[in-house]
Amino acid sequence: MTLTFNRNKTSANPSATNSDTQVELSRRSLLKASAVTAGGLLMGVSLSLGKDAEAAALLHTPNAWVHIADNNTITLISARSEMGQGVYTSMPMLIAEELNVDLKKIKVSFAPPDAKTYGNPLLGGPQLTGGSTSVRDGWEKLRVAGAQVREMLLSAASAKWGVPVSQLTAKDGVVTGPGNKQATYGQLAEAASKLPVPEKPFIKDPKDFKIVGKSTPRLDTPAKTNGTAEFGIDVVLPGMVYAALEQCPVIGGTVKSVDDSVAKKMPGVQSVVQIPDGVAVVANTWWRANQARKALKIVWDEGVGAKLDSKAMMDATKSASVSGKSLGMVSAGKPLDVIAASKQVHKAEYTTPLLSHSPLEPMNFTAHFKNGKVQLIGPTQWQDGAQGTVANILGIKPEDVSLRTTFLGGGFGRRIDLDFIVQAAQISKAVNKPVKLLWSREDDMTHDFYRPMSVNTLVAATDAEGKPSALTHRVTSQSITGRLFGLPADVADPFMVEALESPYKIPATQYDQVKYDAGVRVGYWRSVSHLMNTFANESFIDELAKKANADPVAYRLALLNDKPRFVNVLKTATERAGWGKPLANGRALGVAIMEGYDTFMAQVAEVSMLEDGSVKVHKVTVAADLGYMVNPDTVQAQIQSSVVFGMGAALMQEITVANGRIQQTNFNQFPLVRMNQSPVFDITLVRSTEKPGGIGEPATALISPAIANAVASLTGKRVRQLPMTANAIKSA
Amino acid sequence: MSVSFQLNGKTVSAKAEADTPLLWVIRDELGLTGTKYGCGAALCGACTVQLNGQAVRSCSITLQSVAGQKVTTIESMGVDNKHPLQVAWIKHDVPQCGYCQSGQLMSAQALLATNKNPTDAEIDAAMSGNVCRCGTYSRIKAAIKDAAQVMRSA
Repeated sequence: MTLTFNRNKTSANPSATNSDTQVELSRRSLLKASAVTAGGLLMGVSLSLGKDAEAAALLHTPNAWVHIADNNTITLISARSEMGQGVYTSMPMLIAEELNVDLKKIKVSFAPPDAKTYGNPLLGGPQLTGGSTSVRDGWEKLRVAGAQVREMLLSAASAKWGVPVSQLTAKDGVVTGPGNKQATYGQLAEAASKLPVPEKPFIKDPKDFKIVGKSTPRLDTPAKTNGTAEFGIDVVLPGMVYAALEQCPVIGGTVKSVDDSVAKKMPGVQSVVQIPDGVAVVANTWWRANQARKALKIVWDEGVGAKLDSKAMMDATKSASVSGKSLGMVSAGKPLDVIAASKQVHKAEYTTPLLSHSPLEPMNFTAHFKNGKVQLIGPTQWQDGAQGTVANILGIKPEDVSLRTTFLGGGFGRRIDLDFIVQAAQISKAVNKPVKLLWSREDDMTHDFYRPMSVNTLVAATDAEGKPSALTHRVTSQSITGRLFGLPADVADPFMVEALESPYKIPATQYDQVKYDAGVRVGYWRSVSHLMNTFANESFIDELAKKANADPVAYRLALLNDKPRFVNVLKTATERAGWGKPLANGRALGVAIMEGYDTFMAQVAEVSMLEDGSVKVHKVTVAADLGYMVNPDTVQAQIQSSVVFGMGAALMQEITVANGRIQQTNFNQFPLVRMNQSPVFDITLVRSTEKPGGIGEPATALISPAIANAVASLTGKRVRQLPMTANAIKSA
Repeated sequence: MSVSFQLNGKTVSAKAEADTPLLWVIRDELGLTGTKYGCGAALCGACTVQLNGQAVRSCSITLQSVAGQKVTTIESMGVDNKHPLQVAWIKHDVPQCGYCQSGQLMSAQALLATNKNPTDAEIDAAMSGNVCRCGTYSRIKAAIKDAAQVMRSA
C-alpha cells in the first residue's frame, strides 16, 4: 500500500483537481486497507466502501433522503450529525433546492445507522461526521437525491393525468399541470415511490439556485432558544435509571477489586456493576448515582500508563524528531544539498501540547438492552461505528442495535470515539433496564482522546535577496489514525501532514513525518494536524521575512504569484485589516494563510499586550475562498467559531500528565475563551464558482500563527510553543 | 421531607435530599431539561437560572437554599420564542451546538432587567460567566443589544 500525500495539493491552479482526487483516494485506500479497530476492539462494521459508495450514493431510493407522508408532510434526512456546524439546515437546503420545497415547511430527521446508504465516501465510507466533509460530500449527492424525487413525482403526475412531464411543474410541494390540475407531493408519493429511480436526473445550474448559496435561518435555532432542543443529556425513556461511572484515574487501568458496601446503601442506589472500563453506580437520579460513586473503594491496576509524564513525553517526541524513522517523504530538487552549501540557513522548532476537546455537553448516552437487542439514543459523530462496535462487544448482530442521534452539545472530534456508548450499553445489559450514562466534567476532561502533542522542525536556506531557496519541514507527532483505524506503524499517516507543505514557491523542498507514540490516547481534534503544521509554516515564513527585512505580506505575495486564490484572500484580508496603516498605540498585526479542506483562507490578528504579559486579541480579519457556499451565514458563523476555538489553543489551553494522571479536571484549569476575550470580526467571503470547500475547521488553524506573528511584531519575541501564555512569551 | 419553591411562577415541591444541587432537581425530578449541566462547579454557566431575578449557577446552589424563593428557567421564556431576547437570538442566528444557550439567555435576561442599555463592557462583565465552546459571543452581544433596544421602546 502506497500512502503519499500529493505535493500539489495546495496548488490554486484548477488543474489541481486531479491531485485533490488522489489525496482523497489515498485516504480511502488507507481506511479500506487498515484493520478497523476502535479502542483496540475489532469493529463489526465495514469502512471500505470507497468508490462503490460514491456511486451507490447517487442511486438511493428517494425514501433514503426524502420521506413524504400522505398529508404532504415532507421530511428530509440529514445523514450528518448536528454539532453546531449547521448541517441540520445545509443538508436539507441541498435536497430542497431540487425538490422545490419551502424549507420552512419541511421537517428534518437524522439518518439511522446505514453506511451503505448514508456513508461518507470522502472519509472512506463510514457514516461519520468530521473532516469538514458534509457539504463537500453532499454537494452533488443531495441535489441529485432531491432531483430524483422531483422527477419521480412528476412522472407519477404525468401517468395519473395522462399529460407529458414537459407540461408539469413541481413547486412548493405541489405538482401543477394544464387546466390548473394540482396534486400535492403527498398525494403523488405512493405512486412515485413505485417508479424506478432516475439515475441522472436534471439538476440546476448553480446560477439558477433559489435556496443554495443564500443565507438561510438555521432550522434548529428556534428549539435552541427555548430549551426544547433534545441533546443526549435530555433523553428520557420509561423506567430509565441513571449511571455514573468511576474509571481508573490512569487511562487504560483496570479494576483489581471494589468495595461497594457503602455506596450500595446510599439513597436511590439500585445497583453497582463492573464493566471493563470501571465501576458504574446505577441510581434513580444521576446526582445520587454520582454521589454514591464517590463512596466506592476501588483498587486499580493502573497499567502501563501510570508512568506517563507530559514533560518526558515532549522530550521523547523531540528526540524522535531527530532520530525517528522518516515516513512519507516528498521532495523536490535537492534541498539538503542547497542547505549544506548555503551561508544563510535558518532553523526553528515549534511545539504544541496535548489538548482536550471539552465540548460543553459531557459525554453521555442512553441505552436499553432488552431480549438481545439494544436501543441507543444520544450524541455521536459515527453512527455505524456505534452500531457495529456495540453489536460486536455485546455479541449480537448489528441489525439488533438501533440508534437515534440527538443534537450534539459540541463534537469537535470527541464524539467520533465510541467509549461512552459502549459503556452505556454494557451497563444497561448488566441491569436489564434503560440507562442514561452521564460523565461528569471531570470524567470528560480526564478521559478524553487528546489532541496529540507535536514537534515541527523547519530548516531553510535563503538566497541573496532573502528568499527561500530550500526548505525542509518535518512533523513529529502521534498517529491518531493508527490508534482509531489501525494504520500500521510503518505507514505514513495522511492526517499528520495536513497543510504541511509550504504554499510558497520554493525551488527545493522536502517534507516528511515521524510517528511517535507518546503513550496517551489521542483523537481527532478540530482541524487535526492543520493547526500544528500551519502554526509552524506561517510562523517560519514570518521569521524568514524578518531576516530579509521584508514586509511579511509583500514577502509572502512575492512567493505566491502562481496562486491566485491565495493572493486574493491574502490581499483582501490585509487590506481590510489596515495592513501598513497606523494602528492604535501598543497594537500590531500578524497574518497567516492556509489551504485546508479545499478552502483558501487568510487571517489577520490585531493584538496588544495586557499588563500581566498576556495577549489581548482585539480584532480578527478573515478572507475565505471556499468555492460555492450553501449557507453563507453559517460559513461566517463557522469562521467566528473556529477562530474563538483556535484562540483557546493559541493562548491558554494545555493538558498535562503526571504519574499517568491528567492534571486538568475542569474549566478553571483548562480555560475556554470567554466573551470578554472574544475578538471583533471582519469576515469577507469570496464569491467563487470553485467546488465547495469545508469550513467547520480550517479557521481554527490560522489564528495561532497570526497571533504569534503579531506578538513578534509587537514585542520582538518569537514564541514557538503553544499556548502563548504570559510565561511562554516572557521566556521566549 | 420535601422542599417547596416557586418555579416559573408555580409552586413546586421536590423530594430530593436537601443538599442536592438545584440543577438536578430541576432536570431529573421536575423534568425541565432546558437547563444544562456543563461543569458542576459554577465555571461555565450552562446551568444558569434566575433566583429572585438574579442569574445564578444552579449546579452550585442547593435545593434547601431556594426554599420559598422564586426560581426562573429558560422554560419561562416560552416555547413560542416571542420574548425580545429570543426574537433577537433568532434574528442573529446565535446558537451553534446550542448547549450553552439556555444559560446565556438567562444571564442576558437578568442583565437587561437591571440595565436597559448596557455598554459592551457591561455586557462582557455580565456574560463572561457563560462560556460558549462554539464561540458565538459576537452574535450573543449583537442580539443582547438588539433586544435591549426593542425592550426600551416597548
